[in-house]
Amino acid sequence: MINVENLTRKFDDTIAVDNLSFDVQEGEVFGFLGPNGAGKTTTVRMLCCLISSTSGEAKIGDYRITKLADSLKIRKIIGFVPDNVGLYEDLTALENLEFYGKIYESPENRRKENIERFLKMLGLWERKDQRAGTFSKGMKQKLALARALIHDPKLLFMDEPTANLDPESAKTVRDFILEIKKQGTTIFVNTHNLDEAQRVCDRIGIIKTKLLTIGTPEQLRESISRPKTEIRLAEVTEKLVAALNKSVPNRLEVSDGKLIFDVNDPDKENPLIITAIAANGGQIREVKQLTATLEDVYLQITKESK
Amino acid sequence: MRISKAWLVAAKDIKVFFRKRYTIYSLLIFPIIIGIGLPLVLSRVAGKAGAIPTGRLPDLMNAFAFFFAIGASAIPTLLASYSVVGEKVEKSLEPLLAAPITDSELLLGKGLGAFIPTLASLYVGSIFFMVLSDIFTRSTLGYNYFPNWTIGIILLVLLPLLSALSVEWSIIVSSRATDPRAAQLQGVLVAIPLIFIYVTIEVGAIKLSTSTIWIISGAALVADIILFFLSTRIFQREEILTKWK
Repeated sequence: MINVENLTRKFDDTIAVDNLSFDVQEGEVFGFLGPNGAGKTTTVRMLCCLISSTSGEAKIGDYRITKLADSLKIRKIIGFVPDNVGLYEDLTALENLEFYGKIYESPENRRKENIERFLKMLGLWERKDQRAGTFSKGMKQKLALARALIHDPKLLFMDEPTANLDPESAKTVRDFILEIKKQGTTIFVNTHNLDEAQRVCDRIGIIKTKLLTIGTPEQLRESISRPKTEIRLAEVTEKLVAALNKSVPNRLEVSDGKLIFDVNDPDKENPLIITAIAANGGQIREVKQLTATLEDVYLQITKESK
Repeated sequence: MRISKAWLVAAKDIKVFFRKRYTIYSLLIFPIIIGIGLPLVLSRVAGKAGAIPTGRLPDLMNAFAFFFAIGASAIPTLLASYSVVGEKVEKSLEPLLAAPITDSELLLGKGLGAFIPTLASLYVGSIFFMVLSDIFTRSTLGYNYFPNWTIGIILLVLLPLLSALSVEWSIIVSSRATDPRAAQLQGVLVAIPLIFIYVTIEVGAIKLSTSTIWIISGAALVADIILFFLSTRIFQREEILTKWK
């Protein structure tokens, strides 16, 4: 659905986006993760044909973003939720959606059907005749989402969709993203919310001007560290640790009265470790599997890039 | 260019204008003052001893009618500067620019959105002006002075041309300004030449005849054409998104 090749954008002497190359498959939720000023918004603006690239190319479906004649076609098949919702605050929710539905040339029946469907899904139907300016931040964000989807776009771009939202509104928005994913819409999400990226994205790209890494959340977690098994015992003795060091090949670390083993394959190795502990008189209270979080990955990768 | 798209933008802008108290005042105050206030001035001077001689009354009424031309150059700046800079300030321009609409369609829509309410309000004001002026001067002049060719050309030729000029100028200013008030302040500069012409009429240096109005209209038409090309070149969506703070 999206094919980006060596995409670069400079503002005077500053490189905002440097040589990005990646693909997004149809029906995928792709997350762009990065700190403020990493080039996420600039990338989305280039892909939405809002600003031009300095060099490189990107294709949205069969259309090229660098070809002027394609830009209107691209804008017709995409939906866009900017970081600032950008609603007409003096117009009602219904008028906002009607206006954009007509601008996108959505057929009247389909437009009305979508307006009702999305406003009901997002819990705004009862307030459809109220001005957007009277809405809370969460409600405005939901309305902006409905606006971006009013014409049934094939691809939806969202720039920080849950920034500054309360947890309940953020959850509604995340659930809505997953719902529209089920309908086959390809989704490109800019975020610096790691939890959100982990929950909704099939694949994640970490960007800091350059694309630092890309993969599924699991691949990224595995890329920085092997899993660990943490075992809390009734008592950790030196004799037991010495015995385990001899009988178990895994690297062992003792921390805060707990034994932490490096494991490659937890399913195979954990039973062996537990048997060894029991054989050496250890009384197991709790076994926990530790894996690197997306936060660990993000912090390590962005730190390495400095 | 699809006129239907431009019309959608214009209709939306007009709807927004009518929901903002400030823009409603901008649209109403000037026509009310000119349409009702100036005939009231005429009622105080027409046929009164020591006031303006009856022979000079038509000149004064023509000069007053010229106020509509000044209004046509001033009012659209208040609306047009809001419609571009205001949208940017309220952050609603970015999703609109991401929609399938060309710069020309957007600019035409923005222009029509300011042009139509301005002309409508001035035309309503002019009806009041003509009717009230005739009521207050009929006994002195012995006939209804309005409507006549002078005000006819002012309303039907000069007003649309000046409104368009003002809209184009406002779009140029708005494309550079980052604050609606700054855009409005710079926008109303377009009214200054008209005020200058009015003063020269008042001091008698120019007689406001139909040929004078045709000449002013011709100049406005030339300026319209030049500013149209300038406004479409100056309006850069990329610059608006990346340089405006």
